[in-house]
Amino acid sequence: MVRGFLRGAGSVQGSWLVSGVVTCTCLVVAMAVSGGRSRAYTAYSLAVHKTEAIPAFARKYGLRCSACHTVWPELNAFGQRFKDNGYQLGNDRDSPMWQSPAYWPIAMRTTPQWHLESTTHQITDAAPAGKTLRQTGFDLSGVDFLLLGTLHKNITFGLVPTLDADGTTGLEAAFVRFDNLGQSPWANLKVGKFELDNLLSEKRFTWLSNNGGFLYAYHFLPSGSANNFGFGDNQIGAEFSGHSFNSYTRYSVALLTTDDGEPGLPGGKSMDAMFTLSQAFALGGGLGPQRVGVFGYLGHRPTTFETVSGTAIPGTGTDNKSFYRIGATAQLWLGNLELLPLVSHAQDDAALGPGPDKPTWNNALLEAHYVATPRFMVQGRYELTRMSTQGDPATPKSLGDADAIALGFRYYPFMISRDGMALHGEFAMTRTTGMAPLSGDGSGVDPADPATKVWSRSLLLAFDFAF
Amino acid sequence: MRPHTRWMAVASGWGVLLFAAGVTRAVAQESHIGSVTGHAPAGRPLYERYCAGCHGDDGDARGENAQWIDPRPRDFTMAVFKCRSTPTGTLPTDEDLFNAMTRGFVTTNMPPWVALTPQGRADMVAYIKTFSPKWKTGKPGTPITIPPEPAPSIESIRHGRELFQKMECWKCHGPTGHGDGPSAATLTDNKDLPIHPYDFSSGSRFMCGVTNRDLYKIFMTGLDGTPMPSFADDIKPAEAWDLVHFLRTLQPLDTPEAAIWKAWLASHARELKPIGPEGGGGGR
Repeated sequence: MVRGFLRGAGSVQGSWLVSGVVTCTCLVVAMAVSGGRSRAYTAYSLAVHKTEAIPAFARKYGLRCSACHTVWPELNAFGQRFKDNGYQLGNDRDSPMWQSPAYWPIAMRTTPQWHLESTTHQITDAAPAGKTLRQTGFDLSGVDFLLLGTLHKNITFGLVPTLDADGTTGLEAAFVRFDNLGQSPWANLKVGKFELDNLLSEKRFTWLSNNGGFLYAYHFLPSGSANNFGFGDNQIGAEFSGHSFNSYTRYSVALLTTDDGEPGLPGGKSMDAMFTLSQAFALGGGLGPQRVGVFGYLGHRPTTFETVSGTAIPGTGTDNKSFYRIGATAQLWLGNLELLPLVSHAQDDAALGPGPDKPTWNNALLEAHYVATPRFMVQGRYELTRMSTQGDPATPKSLGDADAIALGFRYYPFMISRDGMALHGEFAMTRTTGMAPLSGDGSGVDPADPATKVWSRSLLLAFDFAF
Repeated sequence: MRPHTRWMAVASGWGVLLFAAGVTRAVAQESHIGSVTGHAPAGRPLYERYCAGCHGDDGDARGENAQWIDPRPRDFTMAVFKCRSTPTGTLPTDEDLFNAMTRGFVTTNMPPWVALTPQGRADMVAYIKTFSPKWKTGKPGTPITIPPEPAPSIESIRHGRELFQKMECWKCHGPTGHGDGPSAATLTDNKDLPIHPYDFSSGSRFMCGVTNRDLYKIFMTGLDGTPMPSFADDIKPAEAWDLVHFLRTLQPLDTPEAAIWKAWLASHARELKPIGPEGGGGGR
């Protein structure tokens, strides 16, 4: 399968690849000549960022990025404990009362970039049978405004407004968290919009391209599904969580509205539930402890709404139908090599589409990071999704199957406690059967033949910085 | 002697010398914490990742953050450490350094690194010991003996209060333990940098731990590199425990000592003499 996957890559015409490599090389040289600091980023911003790294904390506590991040934005064990403690070191100086009045808990992150996207079998007006579409050029990510910190000792807040490339604003996160209830790390309550307690965090992972910057495990839905749930989407609700003193043992349970993080109660009146449990072990001489964890999500989506003039009234959804996701994941260290496997199983109620049966599918992925130094890492990921039961028995069983592979590196020219910048290179490729890729590249239209395999590729070189 | 024989002899001599040097260096670059052995080469990248921003690449407390930190980070090249189980003026044990790293230092920028694996922390201890030649020429002191703690009582607390007056602890820590004694503003550390005495009223933990034994150790070993001396030659172990019990009443915590003290104060507050230049301490 992998061989076929790679063979598909070779069928791509070489011209764009060559031009991409040349452009990458020029940018690297330009960066080196400029002393490791890009002067090109001042006026750019835009399209919403997906991941978080928060230099405001580094400035507050005087710690380098590498203290909390394996390579930012991925958290290491120390950073995970810091986050679990409500972004507090626990030195009796966490309250803003102890900070200079000039301290302002804000950081901004954006990523000027050059990227190339190529997707096969895309239906257009001129080619209704489908053709390969390529899109390339210099581009911008969005801007994340990361405001996170403490309101008082053991009261944490988070606020992440976003600005998209087209000027659209959003609210990625907004929550308050009461930490160490009863002086116990085992009891913390968070209310608002926040990232689910995913051990393999999509908000803090090190992939940025259109095809590499998300996990199928967190976003895949069968063809024709009416469900809108994504594990990787921030959700609105309340989370009760806890951890041991060193955060080696962690758990969380959450009750969430059935809106996939959309404010304004557009969905129904039921509640979703999520749990996670993980345990770390201090084994081996790697960069961190070995952690294994399990997770589960039981959700509902309404199938009937009150209407007015035929239009659904938000928040009145009833006749809920359920879906679930369960899985296991791990974070393993072999010296400087980090392995992140994940397996998951998913099922939707038949009423959520598209046919009389309950669509069921499985996912597995393995991500690997080699963290040569705190300033350089190379990474790879392979992920596969396989349908086991189609909602509509008339459709081919392989409809929706997906394979994704990604390779990349991140180089940090400097490592200080005020800000951070990374030169990011990435190549990602997906093969989806009968469906457009989740990246939305190309025309985003499913091929006419459900057995058609659509290849989508991304090549990206970016300057990822946060201040 | 044939040329090749001479060459082999010279090479062998160099080999022995290099081996001896290597062994010596290897011994100096290890730490031993329980069953865990730390290795300096493995500790170096961890030190650069977690510690160098404050303590500096060379361990000389000249990291890029040091200028913004109060109190300043420890200068490992001097091999002078606050929190030890060993007498004042001696090197700490590996376990002392390991515990300090694990625990962090309350009211400072030094966080608890408890989330790192024990092996990682042991490796960093081994690497920290490479910054000063003292670790090659000297050995850690012998840990002090800590007698069992007597049960706290009002007599013990009142005697501790007398000692707080008599030993002039109040001159730095203030009559009520707020760290605002008359000498507080003049204190400097061993690098002539200003240093603040501990404020018992705002901290939930002590600088070198959370238990009464940890506080006892501070009296009897001192905080080297700071104006806090060792009282090992001035007070008896039982008196040190009395002082511990009294200082517990100054913290904003619900400790057994605080409960005893509050109950006694309810009916005896007028008997107390104030602590300070004219004070009598114990109220007798």
